[in-house]
Amino acid sequence: MTAVLVVCTVLLTAAAVMVIVRAERGPSMLDRTIALDTLTAVVVGAVAVHAAWTGRTDTVPVMVALSLVGFVGSVAIARFAAIEPEGEGRVLSREEVAALELERLRAEDAERSAVDDEHHGGAAEGDVRRLDETVQDGDEERDR
Amino acid sequence: MSVLLDVLAAGCLIAGSALAFAAGLGLLRFPDLLARSHAATKPQVLGLLLMLLGLALRLRSGPAIWMLVLVALFQMVTAPVAAHMVTRAGYRTGKVDPSSLVVDELTDDLRAAEREVGGSSQGPSPRS
Repeated sequence: MTAVLVVCTVLLTAAAVMVIVRAERGPSMLDRTIALDTLTAVVVGAVAVHAAWTGRTDTVPVMVALSLVGFVGSVAIARFAAIEPEGEGRVLSREEVAALELERLRAEDAERSAVDDEHHGGAAEGDVRRLDETVQDGDEERDR
Repeated sequence: MSVLLDVLAAGCLIAGSALAFAAGLGLLRFPDLLARSHAATKPQVLGLLLMLLGLALRLRSGPAIWMLVLVALFQMVTAPVAAHMVTRAGYRTGKVDPSSLVVDELTDDLRAAEREVGGSSQGPSPRS
């Protein structure tokens, strides 16, 4: 029985590694979905081997749960997330991430400066405000 | 008798693991989505059934075996549905190369439906 355990474990581990490599490479979301679905099946098989080795029956519900969860995941991805924008299916390089972050920060700054304008973002006259804003308003009034 | 059952169980478990290994190899090496999904179904149905059979032969106890039947039923009901949805999404998002297909009934059906709805260019696109 030990030899059987070793053989099964080696085969299943190799299968899991290859499936994970495919899930990492993609290239599309659906390839990853298929790979992860297969990974679920491999894990169910590993649980079965473990149960057969130890003779325990309390891990059997784990298999029921796993076989259901894998289905829900792949259907959800196929239904809602299958259409991905061009170029989305790859890992960004460090420079690209930096550029994206810079763009996001600029957009946020632009938004904030637009909102902070006294004619757009300010509260009505006589409104209750935070302390720092009130002081600022006082300054402005004195300036006028 | 017990030894015979154990040997059968061991054979089933090893065969199931070998199918899982084959699926991993296929997923890694095959070139496109449909070929990969073909490889991926091996441990999902036959491989899993073999391993569950091996486990049942090894456990030989009532309630656990019914749970294993439940797992097998779930898997046999859900695996085709999931594979169908994933590959159909792949077809609709243009990840299937029509020239690599031997039989392509979906494209014919979509064209026929488009013609029926009426309109050469006004009909719904095959993606919708």
